[in-house]
Amino acid sequence: MEEEIRLMKGNEAVAHAAIRYGVDGYFGYPITPQSEILETLEELMPWDTTGMVVLQAESEVAAINMVYGGASTGKAVMTSSSSPGISLKMEGISYVAAGELPALIINCMRGGPGLGTIQPSQADYFQATKGGGHGDYRLIVLAPATVQEMADFVGLGFDLAFKYRNPVMMLADGVVGQMMEKVVLPPYRPRRTAEQIAEQCPWAVTGKPATRKPNVLTTLELDPVLMEKHNDDLQEKYRIISENEVRYQEYYTDDCEYLIMAFGSVARICLKAIEELRKEGVKVGLLRPITLWPFPSDAVERLASKVKGIIVAELNAGQMIEDVMLASKNVTPVYHFGRTGGIVPDPQEVIDSFYNYFTPEP
Amino acid sequence: MKEEIIIAGFGGQGVLSMGKILAYAGLMQDLEVTWMPSYGPEQRGGTANVTVILSDEAISSPVLNKYDTAVILNQQSLDKFEPKVKPGGTLIYDPYSIHHAPTRTDINVVAVPAMEATLEMESSKAYNMVLLGALLKTRGLVEVEAVMKGLKKTLPERHHHLLPMNRNAILKGMELV
Repeated sequence: MEEEIRLMKGNEAVAHAAIRYGVDGYFGYPITPQSEILETLEELMPWDTTGMVVLQAESEVAAINMVYGGASTGKAVMTSSSSPGISLKMEGISYVAAGELPALIINCMRGGPGLGTIQPSQADYFQATKGGGHGDYRLIVLAPATVQEMADFVGLGFDLAFKYRNPVMMLADGVVGQMMEKVVLPPYRPRRTAEQIAEQCPWAVTGKPATRKPNVLTTLELDPVLMEKHNDDLQEKYRIISENEVRYQEYYTDDCEYLIMAFGSVARICLKAIEELRKEGVKVGLLRPITLWPFPSDAVERLASKVKGIIVAELNAGQMIEDVMLASKNVTPVYHFGRTGGIVPDPQEVIDSFYNYFTPEP
Repeated sequence: MKEEIIIAGFGGQGVLSMGKILAYAGLMQDLEVTWMPSYGPEQRGGTANVTVILSDEAISSPVLNKYDTAVILNQQSLDKFEPKVKPGGTLIYDPYSIHHAPTRTDINVVAVPAMEATLEMESSKAYNMVLLGALLKTRGLVEVEAVMKGLKKTLPERHHHLLPMNRNAILKGMELV
């Protein structure tokens, strides 16, 4: 099939990519700035073509528990929301992680706390990477910076979710969700058959045949010894993910004397600022984590040792900066530049922040 | 080639659609494009704006503080974006609802009486297309045929009978410059 270039919003790209990946079910509840995911799915009516279920649940809590149930049967299921809605889903997300179930959860972040604003934000970094729900669990967190990545990370997200039996969160923001760019959509692949699911997911609760013992999926274990064993197993899995799934992108880092770190849409704003700074002869590089967990600590450590300082730019009051400080091990100063409440800075503000912290030698 | 454009006016004037059609036209000509709208309550009245970037290279920031070209449809937007046009850049505006005309002398200011023209043509819905025509005439950027292809893609088929009217509006806008 010929590669088709389309122009669409990040949210729309997610919907198209989900159908093309062969997702079995989407369960969601509308909230700005990500409602186009549900709207586009309903426009495309995949239940008539691939058989994908698209359901507007009665609430976010219901939607995540539908994901919990669907994932338990080995189906590829997903949900999406924006910050306040993701908070509502947190209990369910902890259960999905505890049950070691594959699922894709998309958070198209808006300004908070509380009901906040509908404008873009990155203030759910802590929630996505450090927990959010209760207990020692981890989500694999992917941070798209382009519409293309919003499409691509649907497939990548499900691939990782099934590989590790772990929920994956795509942590997008109002900018990448709402902007339109060129996108090449992935090819259509059929939804998996019951036989394929049985083979790929021997743990799934799909009805017990006479040939095996019943599969039991539960997150309750009252025996602390067994519960600690379950935690140890989870931690071992997280260690393996940390070793194998770190993703990041570097720009202009070969000769950089200063480093800016940013993820998602902000990384692009910073890249523009860096292009301007480089015109003035200032050697600045950009490190963009693509996985926020696992965090690219090794890359931070490597670059920190050769620069005069790091600025962490985020749409929040200082969240990823904590991981950067841990990873850079105090070998170089680390500063924060952030806007909150739904304000998106322009490249000039990043440049001004740079000169506020650093005085490069001419 | 890289053109960083802001289009700004009242919600409902067709600001976002104009940007979308321009972006589609860029796509038709194999350019890299981004279309970044203000998506807040502006859509239901108040001011709305959209940043469109057309480039033959990968585009970094979709959010900008300076623009090569501004297309301005109301006074608030003129006040906000006139200072943000790069020196040597272009400001296209419709004087219809403007009380204080642009004052900068280091940019190319183009007044396009688009509202007057659409009232004469009795096709007020093609207002944004008149301004798009003026933009194309002033800045080149994309071919009219690419715009028409873009329009065909964005308009649902049931509205395709409106394509000739839109083409006329674009041509009218080109004449006005």
